[in-house]
This record gives sequence, C-alpha cells and structure tokens, in this order.
Amino acid sequence: MISVKDLHVTFNPGTPLERRALSGIDLTLNEGEFATVIGSNGAGKSTLLAAIAGDVVPRAGRIEIGGRDVTREAPAKRARRVARVFQDPLAGSCADLSIEGNLALAAMRGGKRGLRSALTAERRNELRERVAELGLNLENRMADRMGLLSGGQRQAVSLVMATLAKAEVLLLDEHTAALDPGMAEFVAEITQRLVTAHHLTTLMVTHSMRQALDLGTRTIMLHEGRIVLDIVGERRKNMTVDGLVEMFRRVRGGAELDDDSLRIG
Amino acid sequence: MSAIAFWGAVELGLVYGFVALGVFLAFRILDFPDLTVDGSFPLGAAVAAVAITAGWNPWLACLVAALGGAACGLVTAFLNVRFGILNLLASILTMIALFSVNLRIMGRPNMAVLNQDTVVTSFYDLGLADHLVRPLLLAILILITLLLLARFLGSDFGLAMRAAGANARMARANGVDVGGQIYVGMALSNALTGLGGALFAQVSGFADVTSGVGTIVVGLASVIVGETLLRSRSMLIALFSCVLGSVIYRVAVQLALSADLLYLNPSDLNLVTAVLVALALILPKLRAGKGAVR
Repeated sequence: MISVKDLHVTFNPGTPLERRALSGIDLTLNEGEFATVIGSNGAGKSTLLAAIAGDVVPRAGRIEIGGRDVTREAPAKRARRVARVFQDPLAGSCADLSIEGNLALAAMRGGKRGLRSALTAERRNELRERVAELGLNLENRMADRMGLLSGGQRQAVSLVMATLAKAEVLLLDEHTAALDPGMAEFVAEITQRLVTAHHLTTLMVTHSMRQALDLGTRTIMLHEGRIVLDIVGERRKNMTVDGLVEMFRRVRGGAELDDDSLRIG
Repeated sequence: MSAIAFWGAVELGLVYGFVALGVFLAFRILDFPDLTVDGSFPLGAAVAAVAITAGWNPWLACLVAALGGAACGLVTAFLNVRFGILNLLASILTMIALFSVNLRIMGRPNMAVLNQDTVVTSFYDLGLADHLVRPLLLAILILITLLLLARFLGSDFGLAMRAAGANARMARANGVDVGGQIYVGMALSNALTGLGGALFAQVSGFADVTSGVGTIVVGLASVIVGETLLRSRSMLIALFSCVLGSVIYRVAVQLALSADLLYLNPSDLNLVTAVLVALALILPKLRAGKGAVR
C-alpha cells in the first residue's frame, strides 16, 4: 500500500527557472492495485514517480509506503520497498554484467549484501527458471553480457529483476516507450502477467491511451501537477480511448492534441 | 638481456602487479580515476621501511603498510563522497598531501632497508638462487591476492560494487549504498597499492618519497596491456591479465633499455613508459577500427 498526501514538488525554487512540477497530489493505492498514469509532457507523471522513489525531494507533503513515512528517506534506503523499471532500457541494468549477475544484484534489493557468493548453483537455477518464464529463450544465455540484449529483451529482464525481491510498490516509468510496437506490446503483456502473479501494487506511467485502459485496474490523469481524472471499476470499464482523448482535450482547455505527447493506439 | 636482469624485471612487474590490481579496482570496477596511488605506493614503502628498521616482523609491517594505504583511499573517498569534490581532484589533493606525510614518516627523503629481516630473507636458504626466490615468493603472494579478490568481486557485496561503478542510478534503485561502495573500493584499491609499496621497499632494499611519481601511469599501462592481450568475461582472468600486463610491461622496458642498438639509458625510462602506454592505448583502437563496428 502506498499513500501520497498533498505532495508539492518545485524545481529550482526561488530562481527565474522555478517550475512547479507537482501542486498538491493526493493519491492512495491499495495493496495489489495497478494504476496507470497518463498526462501530457510536463504534467508531472515522471516527477511523481521520482518523488515516490526518492530521486526528487518534495517541497511539502508526505509519502507513506507500507504505512511508513519515507518522505525524507534516501533512494537506496527506500529501495527495499520500491522496485523500478526505467524508460531507458540502458538505465535499469548494467551492460557489463552478465544477465545472471544483473538478476543476482536485483534479487538482493533491500537485503543485506555479504561476502556469500552471488551466484551459487542454487540461486543460478532459481534465476534461470524466472527468466525461462519470459519465453524469450534467454535462459540459455545467462552468462552473456546484458549489453548484448536488445532493448526489449533488456526491459523484459528488468521487469523480472524488479519482481525478484519483495516490494511494496512497483514503479514503471514509460518502460515500453523506447521499444518498437511489437516489443512494447510484449513487454506490456509481461508486465500485466508479473504484476498479477506477484500481486504487486503498481504505478505505471504511459503515453499510450490504449495501454492506460487495457492494463491495470485504475487510470489516473495528471495535468499541471494535479490529478484531474481518477477512474476505477465500472466507469473505467466503460471508458473508451476516444472518451479519454476527449477528457484530455477538455482539461487542456480545448487545445488540439499534441501528437508528440500522446499516442492514441 | 641477462637472466638476472630478466628475473629482476619479472620481480618488479610482480611488485607492481599489486598496484595494477588496485588501479583495476579503482578505474575499471569503480570508474574512479584515482591518482592517490602515486602517494599510497611510497607511503607503503615508507611505513614498511620504518617498521622493519625498528625491528618489526616484516609481515606485520606489510599489514600496517596496507592499512596505511587503505587510509589514504578513505581520505580521497571522503573528499569525493562527503563533499562532492571531483574524484580526480580529490585524489590529487590526497596525493600532494601524502608527499609531506611520507617525508614525516621517514624523517628524510629516502632510507635503506638493507641487512634487515624482510619477507624474503627467510626463503633465501631454500637452495634457490636469490634472484629466483624473490619473484617466486611474489608470484605466490599475488596469486593468493588475485584469488581472494576474484572471490570478493563475485560475492553479493562485490557485485554491488561493480554495479555502483557501472551504473550508479541502477545500483541505487536496487538499494546499493553507492557512497559506501566507493569508500570500501578506494580503501581496498589503495591497500593493495600500499602493500605493493611495502614489498617494493623490501625487495629493492630502499624507500624513497619520489618513488611514487608515475605509479598511476604504470598501473594503468599494466591494466591496458593486460586487457589488450587477454579479453575475457571471467573476472579471475581479467585480474590475472592486470598482473600479466604489469610483468610484460617491465620486461618490455628492460628489453628497450638493454638493447644497445636503441641508444637508451635508464634516464629515458619515463619517455619509454609514455610511448608504451600510448601504444597500448592506440592498438585496441586500431583493432576496433578494422572491425568497423563502432
């Protein structure tokens, strides 16, 4: 469970470059809830995720993860409760480490790292099984450098990495945006599968309206640092991509949809 | 080149093999360009020379020298992690300061460690020639170090260190305390260098405050030469290649200096070093250029 109360984030406060990225976000995700987040560029989607992960320090407000106030906790310390997959496939893993090395590293997220060998035969087998579930035939390439994989393969492995150790919340920051359509579809599918299987509380930022409605159980729209739409259950089921686009147009004051910022498909 | 000159070069290569391992740890694992070694190497030598002359057990002297080296690394890491001073600059500050510290430790610019009990003396009466005993002992010591280091880097903690150097953001997202890893890695790197300095003082018979100049270049040259010769995804082989690089470098220098045709003399050492390092840096580029995928 995660709860965000009256969260304010301002970049470069007190300078000519001052920008209010989040202006009073209130959001509670119950355990196992999977929310998708949409909004135009600069709406504060990524900032919200960064604040929850601890990369950005809020000006005001409170963030609780699993009932614990983590507002001032450093990202590395918070990592025991927060799992993440980044937009850039290169950002979420180490290119020079092997696939199994990356996985072994992620498996110890939040744990005490000692001098025990990171790749015991037992752990190797566990990791191999988890990778085999992806169906990408990567289980036979466990010793290969991560850098040899394609962007999509890396994101798929990153998702496995994020789900190896327990987490109170999974943060996905446009993790399919840098992939070609086919691979994006595949990674979205794995996302749904893993989140359901591990019963993960998830917050996923996406640019795709279709993905925002197809995946998860709840959809949130941000605009200028505020939540302007929050739909679940029946209302969400009845919502169409066109309806969402219409909503989007309305909050933006009737302005035409910017093709760069959103994909309808 | 005579056999004695050859084994002398191997011996020196093995001593600097410890430096190469330290430099590998800082540059390749932590991605921390660390010049502290120019100060921690003579520090190790100075500490060992003073301790041994005072009648200490030479192994204990080595241990203290390694701890001294670790302390140097911690100072650099502290300046960088705690105060955000640029890594290269932080290491230069420590290096400069160590010149004075080393003079204080010895109380003079250089001192001899002759006719003292060193780590090698007890092995001299095994029946082997002296010029073979030294490289043999050093080879065993560095082999042990290498195995321990490979095991360390293959542990959960070591893996976190590699991630901290390769992708700090990813490491943090996985709960790795990147600053803490820099402290440990820099301490370990300079402990190895300090140990190298302590062994240098004992096999060469002297410690000198100026002996640290260019240590980093030699260490880096060894790492690069090793990487050029042996490419492997095995950490053990990567570490071994550093030591091999260090030995080959020393033998190459010895060859260059002893070939009368080249009209070189010992004072040309720095020039030869610079040319060798430049070559070692250029060769992989040429090789990659042929593959045309870059």
